[in-house]
Amino acid sequence: MLPIFVIIPLACAFLIPIVSKFRKGSSALLVNLGGLLLLFFSVKSIFWLREGVRVYYVGGWKPPFGICMTLDGLSVLMLLVVNLVGFLALVYSIDYIKKYSSPALYYTLFSLLLAGLNGVVISGDMFNLFVFIEITSIASYALVAFGVEAEDLEAAFKYLVLGSVASTLILLAIGMILGSVSTLNMADIGKSLLALPSKNLILYCTALFVMGFGLKAALVPFHAWLPDAHPAAPAPMSAMLSGVVIKTIGVYALSRVMFNIIGFDRTISDIFIWLGIISMFVGVILAIGQWDFKRLLAYHSISQIGYVVFGIGLGTPLGIMGGLFHLFNHSLFKSLLFLNAGSLEYASGTRQLDKMGGFSKEMPVTSTTSLVASLSIAGVPPFCGFWSKLMIIIAAFQAHNIIGGIVCIVVGMVTLASFLKVQKYAFTRKIEGVISGIKESPFYMSFSMVALALLCIAVGLFFAPFIDMVIRPAADALLGGLNYSAIILGAG
Amino acid sequence: MSIYILCLILFAVGLYCLLVKRNLIKKIVGLGIMEYAINLFFILLGYRDNGEAPILDKYGAAVNFVDPLPQALILTSIVIGLGVTALMVAITIRLYEKYRTFDIDEIRRLRG
Repeated sequence: MLPIFVIIPLACAFLIPIVSKFRKGSSALLVNLGGLLLLFFSVKSIFWLREGVRVYYVGGWKPPFGICMTLDGLSVLMLLVVNLVGFLALVYSIDYIKKYSSPALYYTLFSLLLAGLNGVVISGDMFNLFVFIEITSIASYALVAFGVEAEDLEAAFKYLVLGSVASTLILLAIGMILGSVSTLNMADIGKSLLALPSKNLILYCTALFVMGFGLKAALVPFHAWLPDAHPAAPAPMSAMLSGVVIKTIGVYALSRVMFNIIGFDRTISDIFIWLGIISMFVGVILAIGQWDFKRLLAYHSISQIGYVVFGIGLGTPLGIMGGLFHLFNHSLFKSLLFLNAGSLEYASGTRQLDKMGGFSKEMPVTSTTSLVASLSIAGVPPFCGFWSKLMIIIAAFQAHNIIGGIVCIVVGMVTLASFLKVQKYAFTRKIEGVISGIKESPFYMSFSMVALALLCIAVGLFFAPFIDMVIRPAADALLGGLNYSAIILGAG
Repeated sequence: MSIYILCLILFAVGLYCLLVKRNLIKKIVGLGIMEYAINLFFILLGYRDNGEAPILDKYGAAVNFVDPLPQALILTSIVIGLGVTALMVAITIRLYEKYRTFDIDEIRRLRG
């Protein structure tokens, strides 16, 4: 059943250009049906996992010879993130994309993006992982440039250059591994690397992977493209980029390689922790001065990804669970905030916070949902962001990482201040002479925002059963470390 | 060994060209050089001196054969490179229509 996660979006991408020739509105219907199916299967995969790790052999060739697709706890969590946000972004697009000229092309690229993301998550083969990363990246480059305004093209070009450098570095590292252990299956690589006499190759590959996936995840020394690329895309696509793409092809791929293939040790833990601390701090500092709403959100993405990487890098069970829980929560509230920004832009035609004002009366849905998201990202109890940040901070102090814990708390407070500014300028302040004739967004846009806001609240209230069901298996998959090889090669 | 070093020098030349040159077209060429350095690296991994094609025929299997796996991977990688280059050229053409220049220093509306 595993290839279905790649087959459905690929089939949609193939069919959309054909059916849109015959009936105009049919592409939106088709792609939303596909998204709903994907969401259904990814929720179902939580229950598949109860029977153990699943492995699918493409063409019936067993590893180490063939390509395999694997489903373990971490894959289930990421499938849930990708397909949940993906489906809601697609529903939001029904109304939003009407102002662009060619919706069919947009939906085609979006389906390809979903195919790539799902493929990255379930792939069990190094080169296959690279191919799916490239599918995702090419679709996102094209979608960032989708508006074809001057700024969009400039941002897309910057993203393309840095993204290609990242891909090339990843491919170089894969080549080095292939040259020394002559296998590409992830589980088999993990086993063979242990038997290598010299550790120099592993160090070299670690550096290349950190650079490559770090660029894809926009961790701070590698973050230059993100604040341009994420605001330039159409709003549902920004939600996907910030909520899902940087996590899947950045954080997920990095942690999978580091924990399950190369093996997590003190050095890698230090790299993760310091990248996380610097990203948290620099991201939020740069966000303070921003007046463009989407650009402000993009800088906050850098900072929140810092939390995730810091939590995972602590390496303790609580730290990893906190990091992965924050990854899930961030995908909910950050995509909600980008959808809110899209609604504001849709209604008022501007993204500048100082030109907005007092929209809370005219746009009650957008205003309420953005309040929920702001409180979640700032970590106010009982919203979902609070629990994950609390877990990360407790884990930091337990691991005697005092600097990290203090930075987490300070960054949380600065984030709260920054989002109070957003709330004040966009919604609550009363001034004369602002844009008039503001209307609430249409039904499908409101539907997505309300669904995401309800999820934020629900995950915040019922965090304990949720952690038991989804986050703990995911953390166990990372904590298992190099046992991954034995599990995958022994399954099926 | 020296051939691998030459290959990595080619990679560095491409990376330098991609990151330092200010002309968009030169950046595209730089990306091409970088991708082909990696392709060359993969092919070198599978190369054997006086190697034969890995074909199992009536005379039996080849003894000293070239590893076919990197070549198969590189076919995929070349196609991906083609996609990226085509997209990059398309974006460059659109950028030229908007700004009437290929100089990256004059294409700077985004900052901060």
